[in-house]
Amino acid sequence: MTDTPPELQPWEVFRQEKDGDPMRHGGSVMAPDAELAVHYARELFGRRQESVRLWVVRRVDVLDLSDPDLLQPPLDRSYKKPGGYVMRDKLAAARAQSGQAKPKARPG
Amino acid sequence: MTDPLALDPILAPLERSRPAFNDDDLSHDERFAAFEAHVLAGGKVEATDWMPDEYRTAVLRFVEMHANSELMGVLPEREWLMRAPTLRRKLALTAKVQDEVGHAQLLYRVAEDLGKPREAMFDDLLAGKTKFHNVFHYPTVGWADVGMIAWLVDAAAIVAQQALRDSSYAPYARTMRKICWEESVHIMHGRDVVVTMATGTAAQRAAIQDALDRWWGPLMQMHGPRSPREKDRDLHWRIKAKTSEELRQEFLSIYVPRIRELGLVIPDGALAWDGAIDAWRYGEPDWDELRTVVTNHGPMSQSRLDFRRVNREETRWVRETILGVAVAA
Repeated sequence: MTDTPPELQPWEVFRQEKDGDPMRHGGSVMAPDAELAVHYARELFGRRQESVRLWVVRRVDVLDLSDPDLLQPPLDRSYKKPGGYVMRDKLAAARAQSGQAKPKARPG
Repeated sequence: MTDPLALDPILAPLERSRPAFNDDDLSHDERFAAFEAHVLAGGKVEATDWMPDEYRTAVLRFVEMHANSELMGVLPEREWLMRAPTLRRKLALTAKVQDEVGHAQLLYRVAEDLGKPREAMFDDLLAGKTKFHNVFHYPTVGWADVGMIAWLVDAAAIVAQQALRDSSYAPYARTMRKICWEESVHIMHGRDVVVTMATGTAAQRAAIQDALDRWWGPLMQMHGPRSPREKDRDLHWRIKAKTSEELRQEFLSIYVPRIRELGLVIPDGALAWDGAIDAWRYGEPDWDELRTVVTNHGPMSQSRLDFRRVNREETRWVRETILGVAVAA
């Protein structure tokens, strides 16, 4: 045989559990080509009707970014998060100043 | 506008630099220390992370043994596919066998990523260099055995597997979440078989008691002998979370009442809850039997391995077709 044999390679499988859900990583399969990769993914991640959609991606095509200097820089980013604004004491002071009661969660 | 560089760092260097051990510039000892600190603090390891050889081989050995057990574990049940008593039982058993082979596929995939090719794992399994769980070395003499395996063997296994969902090796932990979900269906299938027989004819009740009598010993051996927590490297690396004795105690606490609920008698006169030590007392399992069986000297060890050897030859053409190569016979 002169043809170069196809090589097994890993494919990452992402699955959606129900319509509207995010795609989540399910695992991976080894396959020599896209057709078999999809077939194996269906067998391993869709056999029990546990998925409504599968994405099958060659592992080498996944771009990985996990550099903490870029993703977890050592800076205070709390101003970007709701939890970064703590006003309890200031609101208490404001109520003391205005003489108003603490508002109920829902009016009425 | 706030100049981000003017802000004070609020995270300590260790907290932020999760993959410090991935840093090529560090010496091996420094990487090892950073890796160990990360794992001991509850951190997770991905396949692409740097890891010490000791960790890699420990995870590989653990996952490979698990994969082998899933692959070999379908053989005792497979023998009953064509003899299942009803169509629904046959469908359920077929689905279970398919699931277990699927688990083997998922686990071999996890092991492959650690560096050992799948063919090499099959070679080692068939050559007896790697092991599979003791419970799959025994014969299934009747339909009651199928129920007993699906209920209690899977239950004993799931007690261990649930603790693996928190494994430090993240690809394994994720796979275990999927596997546990599927195993919970198998347990219900097995329990239904056992309950049906336990409430059936006198012959059915006798058959299920007989199956329990034969399987209880292997079940008690399954998690392995007691070993000190501090000496267990798999615990040290958080590959697993519980000792063999913790797993056995957990299994007994859940399943002894459920077995007795059916009027079945557990064949161990010493089995009793001891409030003083807050644990089950039981007759010492036969550890010699365990050693004999897992080294492939059990009653069905060789015939099960032979089945796999023949099966591997018979399916060779499939692999050749898929890979498009002529593999020398």
